[in-house]
Amino acid sequence: MKPTTLKRSNAPIFWALFGAGGMLSALLGPMLVFITGIAVPLGVVLPPDTMSYPHMLAFAKNFIGKGFIFAIIALFLWHAAHRIFHSLHDIGIHAGTGAKLLCYGTAMVGTLIAAYALLAIGF
Amino acid sequence: MSENQKVIEIEVLRYHPEKDKEPHKQVFEVPFTDDMSVLQGVQYIKDYLDGSLSFRWSCRMAICGSCGMMINGEPSLSCQTFLRDYYPARVRVEALSHFPIERDLVINMEGFIEKLESIQPYIIPKEPRTLAQGEYLQTPEQLNAYEQFSSCINCLLCYAACPQFGLNSSFIGPAATALLHRYNVDSRDGGKAERMELINSEEGVFNCTAVGYCSEVCPKHVDPANAVNQNKTNAAADYFLRFLAPKGGAK
Repeated sequence: MKPTTLKRSNAPIFWALFGAGGMLSALLGPMLVFITGIAVPLGVVLPPDTMSYPHMLAFAKNFIGKGFIFAIIALFLWHAAHRIFHSLHDIGIHAGTGAKLLCYGTAMVGTLIAAYALLAIGF
Repeated sequence: MSENQKVIEIEVLRYHPEKDKEPHKQVFEVPFTDDMSVLQGVQYIKDYLDGSLSFRWSCRMAICGSCGMMINGEPSLSCQTFLRDYYPARVRVEALSHFPIERDLVINMEGFIEKLESIQPYIIPKEPRTLAQGEYLQTPEQLNAYEQFSSCINCLLCYAACPQFGLNSSFIGPAATALLHRYNVDSRDGGKAERMELINSEEGVFNCTAVGYCSEVCPKHVDPANAVNQNKTNAAADYFLRFLAPKGGAK
């Protein structure tokens, strides 16, 4: 606790990603569950071919669509990683470097895969 | 003792380091009246049943912050918690959680005192001021910014409530952060940059996982969770923007 030994925490990086993902999932999560899990499979509200392959491919090739998919996947993952990491802490598992690498590593790998896949699809 | 005298069982966590290996419970039968607090209950035990029982208390009216205890597992000031609310069940009284026990209900609060010193809990003037310049003037808005955070009585209930402090005692914690914030947002103060180093550090606000129990148990209606979360935003802004406007706090 001596002021001379204070080390700046790098938590703001993870906290910002967590916050962004939390905001996004709160605003868009229920709507995405409704569209992908209820409306399209049951054929209600939306036309049945809303999520057909050609539609989705076109969406993923579009610049804005790419950005949307990337933000949803990456930020949701960072949000989940941070929440899971701190929940370990909350239930008394003294999460060390291993748990940190596993949680944030998963988010990082997911982010990179999403970025790669979205770029591989082309424009 | 009259015939219809009510008697409540008080279970106390005892620990005398010179003879006990570990804390153990002891049950006392305490006659009480409806106006008696839990503090008065343990005072009865000390006066009439077992003089070796140790606990801290002073004002008996929720001002001094000395008599914090775990009462049925909840961090409470024993002077404003009443025996009648537990009767006829037994009431369990223990030393505050997350602190080393010195003796019975007395905890060792040295760690907190060090934290309190580290936040520099006093106004650090922006510039030297002479008597001739007169007193500081504040608008009601400027007073509002810090007033609720200044009500802290250092009773440590919020530390006993904080699961993160329980896991990592180097966390600066709710009360110290609330008091730090109280000075940082005071219009007379110029010490923010120095204090932000603590907020930004690994002992700082990011240990908090927004549980919020600290604010619930506060007997003075301070909202330490609010101070912690405002400073997460401050710390994040400082982290990302320090290269744009470097003026202290950055290392």
